[in-house]
Amino acid sequence: MKTLQEAQSEVVEEFSMYDEWLDKYEYLIDLGHNLEPFPEELKTEDRLIKGCQSRVWLDASVENGRIHFRADSDAIITKGIISLLIGVYSGRTAREIAADDFSFVEQLGLRENLSPTRANGLASMIATIRETARQHC
Amino acid sequence: MMQLEKIRQEFPALGEQVYGKPLVYLDNAATSQRPLSVIRKWTELSTKCNANLHRAVHRLAELATAEYESTRDCVREYLNAEYREEIVFTSGATASVNLVAFSFGEAFVHAGDEIIVTEAEHHSDIVPWQMLCERKGAVLKVLPVDDRGQLRLDLLPGLLTDRTRLLCVAHISNVLGLVNPVREIVRTCHAAGCRVLVDGAQGIVHERVDVRELDCDFYVFSGHKVYAAPGTGVLYGRRELLEQMPPYMGGGEMIGTVRWTGTTYAPLPQKFEAGTQNLSGTPTLRPALEMAATMRDSGIQAEQEKIKSFIINKLEENKKVRLFGVSQDLSQKVPLFSFSVEHCHHEDLALILDKMGIASRSGQMCAEPLMDRFGVTGMLRVSFAPYNTLEEAEYLIKSLERAIKMLEG
Repeated sequence: MKTLQEAQSEVVEEFSMYDEWLDKYEYLIDLGHNLEPFPEELKTEDRLIKGCQSRVWLDASVENGRIHFRADSDAIITKGIISLLIGVYSGRTAREIAADDFSFVEQLGLRENLSPTRANGLASMIATIRETARQHC
Repeated sequence: MMQLEKIRQEFPALGEQVYGKPLVYLDNAATSQRPLSVIRKWTELSTKCNANLHRAVHRLAELATAEYESTRDCVREYLNAEYREEIVFTSGATASVNLVAFSFGEAFVHAGDEIIVTEAEHHSDIVPWQMLCERKGAVLKVLPVDDRGQLRLDLLPGLLTDRTRLLCVAHISNVLGLVNPVREIVRTCHAAGCRVLVDGAQGIVHERVDVRELDCDFYVFSGHKVYAAPGTGVLYGRRELLEQMPPYMGGGEMIGTVRWTGTTYAPLPQKFEAGTQNLSGTPTLRPALEMAATMRDSGIQAEQEKIKSFIINKLEENKKVRLFGVSQDLSQKVPLFSFSVEHCHHEDLALILDKMGIASRSGQMCAEPLMDRFGVTGMLRVSFAPYNTLEEAEYLIKSLERAIKMLEG
């Protein structure tokens, strides 16, 4: 398995290949469409991430000391963003995730290119992933 | 066409670029862009006559007061109100509604009385009435809309009782873009002894408003949707009602004399204008309303009609699109379109359109009960102003088709 840093650099590099924002969106839409299906019965109130304009569900399960994330959203670009995040963090130890500063998200330039309400949604997704890791440390 | 180009040049924001693309501004129902005449008026007031109104004897105060009070005359004339003291300046339509909800409520609403709002109201014309009903133990009733978004006027007589004190209705819904038959509603309500408040936030932009012809008891609107500075607004109220209503807020110009043994209040309209007023903003209503009248009465109105038919045809042609707010009579529909697209989230559409240079609006549009009525989590809305062009409408449709294709993957 790649190290966390390797996985992050890979995402940043891939994302920076697209100059145009519309192409970046196309990439995110693609990620969203290819995200592993999320079981309907997991779409519960406690899995909903608060602070997003669209609905985002995040489920975490621990196996052999590693956290596995699954997620879904009713908006496809948001789904692409959460897919990108869980692609990096899923399957890692709680300690590793909790120790990360999530600064690679800044390098993607997503925050500046999302409207304030959506940037809040992104911050909420990150906070939820981080909080989940802390609870399992 | 020439004329439209000339008018567009009066609005500097329309020449802006976003992400290297020409801005196509279609969020006018939220905030409209401002003409140079409004910007100049704001600057002039900030530089030449920035002073408190009414009280001081110095020259600046005198100029500021003259600007402010002549704006009142201008608004009175624009709405064809009978008396200048029927025009109260507020910070916007929301503040105007809250003022009426408090002061009319104090004077006329008691436990067991009823208020009616329509299902298509903006939150600002729902929540103040819920708060009033809670405070007074009154009952809030709802006049529903049908599947096309038209008010169910057939149900109105059944809702009105001898306890109904007020009905609140949007002149034009900010989601559906339909012109409500306000005159008819007023007639029915008055016959039952019920007063009527009209939320004119959208109406003032698209319709010629004559409060005496409408015969409504209150008419409210915001400045920022009709080309004026933000934080400005108007409450028109029938004089005999305003006179019987207690003040909403205390302090500033609303007093007569202040004694420990009791305070008296200023006459109308100052009674309702507590605190330092928006002395740089409110007078921009004058050039703003002049611009609104110019655009409404000029030949560019024909372009609006073309935009309406073009957008409606294109949206109805697309089987994935569901348009909310439909009227057989196009004269009763303004160029404001809310819709949903099958398998496409409104937020995704707005996000992609934004990167194409188009400002639209996605979400609940401050009308959650109406979203529930139509069973959607939100909608995409594009709202045109008279300065928008058919070319922009065509670009919107092309961009929308591309966005849908992108999202379908």
